[in-house]
Order: sequence, then C-alpha cells, then structure tokens
Amino acid sequence: MRKKIIEFRNVSFRYGDEQPWVLRNVSFDVYEKEWLAIIGHNGSGKSTIAKLMNGLLFPQEGEIIIDGQQVNDESIWSIRRDVGMVFQNPDNQFVGTTVQDDVAFGMENRGIPREEMIKRINETLSAVGMQEYHMTEPHRLSGGQKQRVAIASVLAISPKVLILDEATAMLDPKGRTEIMSTVSEVQDKNDLSLITITHDLHEVVQAERVIVMNNGEIWDEAVPREIFAKKDELRKIGLDVPFVTILADELNAAGINIEREPLNQEELLEGLWTLHSRT
Amino acid sequence: MNNSMIIGQYVPGNSLIHRLDPRTKITIIFFFVFIVFFANNLVSYTILTVFALSSMFISRVPIRFILKGLTPVWFLIVFTFILHLFVTKEGTVFFDLYLFQFYTGGLIQGIAISMRFFLLILMTSMLTLTTTPIEITDAIEDMLHPLKKVKFPVHELALMMSISLRFIPTLMQETDKISKAQASRGVDFRTGPIKERAKAVVPLLVPLFVSAFKRAEELAMAMEARGYQGGEGRTKLRELKIEKRDILVYLLFACAIAGLFLTRNY
Repeated sequence: MRKKIIEFRNVSFRYGDEQPWVLRNVSFDVYEKEWLAIIGHNGSGKSTIAKLMNGLLFPQEGEIIIDGQQVNDESIWSIRRDVGMVFQNPDNQFVGTTVQDDVAFGMENRGIPREEMIKRINETLSAVGMQEYHMTEPHRLSGGQKQRVAIASVLAISPKVLILDEATAMLDPKGRTEIMSTVSEVQDKNDLSLITITHDLHEVVQAERVIVMNNGEIWDEAVPREIFAKKDELRKIGLDVPFVTILADELNAAGINIEREPLNQEELLEGLWTLHSRT
Repeated sequence: MNNSMIIGQYVPGNSLIHRLDPRTKITIIFFFVFIVFFANNLVSYTILTVFALSSMFISRVPIRFILKGLTPVWFLIVFTFILHLFVTKEGTVFFDLYLFQFYTGGLIQGIAISMRFFLLILMTSMLTLTTTPIEITDAIEDMLHPLKKVKFPVHELALMMSISLRFIPTLMQETDKISKAQASRGVDFRTGPIKERAKAVVPLLVPLFVSAFKRAEELAMAMEARGYQGGEGRTKLRELKIEKRDILVYLLFACAIAGLFLTRNY
C-alpha cells in the first residue's frame, strides 16, 4: 500500500451560512506519486476540492490532512509548500513581468537564496520546455506557454502534490495537448502526486484513478476504463462522453463486439484488428 | 495587437548607460536637476551641456527617440525664449522694430533659460530611455527602504507598481478586444460630436472594469496559493549591484559639479 498524502474525512463545505452545501460528506484519499483525476460538470464542487487542499478555503465540517498535517490557519504556509496549484486562467496567475520573474515569485515568497533560485529556474524551465523564453514578457506568450510557465513555477518549490484546476479549459486543442504531455513528463521525472480537475473526459484517460463528482458528492471512484463503461450514466450527470466511446457503443449495438472498453483511437483500432483476425 | 509594444519609452540597448545601476541614474539625475539652476555663464553651461550630450552619445539611443521625448516641451522652450527676448531690458539694443527694442541681455537670458529646460528634459528622458520600468521600480523600492522604519509600505508599493506594469499590455489587449466587440454591435467610437463619443466610451469601460476586478481577485488567490505573505522574509531574484562603472560615473559627475562651481559667476 502506498503512503497517503492527502486525506479528506467527511468534508462538507458551503460558502456562507445561508448558502447551499457545495460539498457534502466527501471522503477520499490521494496516494503518493499517484495521478488522480477529479471530474464533474460545472458546480459539482470539484474546484472547491482543489481550494480546500491548498488552504484557500476551510471546510465547515470534517477534516483534511495533508502529509500528516491537518489544514488550519497555522499549517497553511507549510501546506502551500507541499501543494502547488495551477489555475484556469493563464493570464490571471502570471505575477512576474517576465517568465523568469514569474517562476521566481513562489521562491521569493519562501526566502530561497538567489543562487538557488537561478539554478531552479533553469531546471524547471527546461523541464517544461520554456528555457529559451526566460526573459519574455507574458503578453508575448500563448496561453499554453503561460500555463507551462505556471507549471514550472509550481515545480520550482518542489511540492509533493501538483493540482491542475481546469488548467487546460481556456486553451486551444494544441495548447491542451502540450500541457497534458508536459504534465505526464513532469510527473514521470519528479516524485509527484498529480491531481487533475476537469470536466473533459478526454483528460482522465491517462490518470490512474478517477473520482466523479456530482452535486457535491462523490458519485463514483474507479479506474478510467470502468468509468468510461458507464457512458449512459455519465451523460445523465452532464458530462460529455468522448467520440471513441460513443463509436464503440454504436459498434456494439451494430453487433461488432469489442472486448475492452477503448480509451482512445489506437485502442479502438487494436480492438477492431483483434476482432478481424479472429473471424 | 501590436507585438512590439514597449511600455514607456525604453529603448533596448547594452551601452554603459543601459548597464548602470538604476539607483546611480536616479541619483545623478536628481542632483543634476538641482545644479542646472546654478549655471550662470558660458563655461558652466558648457560643462553641463557636455555632460548631458556625452551621456546621450554613450547611450547610443537613436536621436529620433530623444527628439520624440522633447516634442511636448518644444513649445515651452521656444515660449520662454521669446518671453525673455521681449521682457528683459538689459544691455544694449541690438535690433529695433518700431515698438519693440530687443536687448542683448534678453537674448542671452532667453538662450540660457531655454538651455536649462533643454538639459533638464534631456537628462530625465535619458533615464526613461535607458532603464526598464521594472528596474526603476526596483531602484525606488531600494531607495525608499529606510522609510520602512516609519511604517511606510515600501514593498507593497513596489509590488503594486510591478503588477501594474505587468498588466498594462494585458489590459490594453483586452480594451482592444472589447472595443471591437462593441463596434460590431454598432457602437461608434470615431465619429459624431464629442459628447456622443464620450458616451460611447461607457460600454467600453464597464466590461473592462468588471474584468479587471475579476482578474485582481483571481490574481490575489493565485499569489496566496504560491505562498505570498507580504514582504517579510522575502528574497529577490532581481539584484541591484553597484559596480566599478557606477563609481566611475559618480566620479565624473562629481568632477562636473566641481567644474561648475569653480567657473560660475558669484
């Protein structure tokens, strides 16, 4: 069994006393070096979970334990060193006037010496492939490039957990693929737990485990393949099912039975070939 | 949107003036502004002019950028010259035009005062032409540091300035986008009486403000998530350092001041 890095125990949250509950009695664990995807439609409470993990919000009921520390007013600063976050809007999280200033911002806050900063800026920028842009101003970068810088600035403080809160939602398809491949590369190289929060089922394919949120509650928790098999229910709770899944479904209905639930085009193609070679 | 957009007047370069510590530049210009008023004869003016012009040439900033910086004050320079020419009645008459007599004293005074203006503008624009706004911000933060003792929020002020500088291009791009969106809905920004045009700005400003507030909120959250907790215990990536060249420039400036006070009339 891997070590637990984040524990949610019966967490409930609402934004005000008169407001409806955004999260109701949510419990789950995140393990070390795991890739967990949290998926849900708008208002399902998934972004609230991200903010709770970082001490940007505190739960009204239940407790959250991060790497053995309970999240409260005293522990937030050390927790924010362990949990890094990339937000949705690429522009509104870029603090520095140039790429390297932005990567330095988080380190400056933590009082890291200058020589160390320069070293880490080089390392993290080359990890996300933005080395040659280190002196560029933000308005000359594309959305995808800005998000890669945001990932680099989180990596610079060597956190234990990296949360991407809809980090690809405002990007074009090219930017999206860039970020997803950067992220999986980064996770391979560093000992990171990765939590991707999204409403796009395409992005859960690479994850090890998926939590589906619906109306502030955990609706399901399984590996991606099992989740994809429940396409009808997913559609009912307002999630878009990927084209490959729909296609496989239609093929099944037409009498072409593919053994495994395909996650992407390659798997579907392979399934079809297997079927073809058997008949 | 124009991609080569540069905030302020900064002209990129790698000259001695560009590489000087911004604090050196600010200090020298601060004192230059004072001592310009002590020059009162040909030699002392020449010393200051040589100092200003040589810094201009060393900076290798193209003349047209410098002239662009002078455009708003040309009128003032010419106006003071003419005023002195007409009003000062000293020395001998060198030109008689029916009602007006022009005196040599007026001519000299006019040239001197215009020269003073010219030197002031030239030196101050040397600062903005060779220093990035963020360097100026860093220098101001550093130079105001003693004020921290009297609880003056130096770090906060500098951070505010640097975030404003960072968001100017972003907000300009956004303004551009909104004005196009509103124009496509039939808002006319360019024609009509001034009153109508002023009214047309409202549908531009309201969305801009709304989005700026939203940005501010998200930025604050992102900064907090990245461990920002005020200026205490922060280190800095951008470092200001006094080098040999700064000391050299200070010495040259000291020589110029000494020369000025030795040669001026008392």
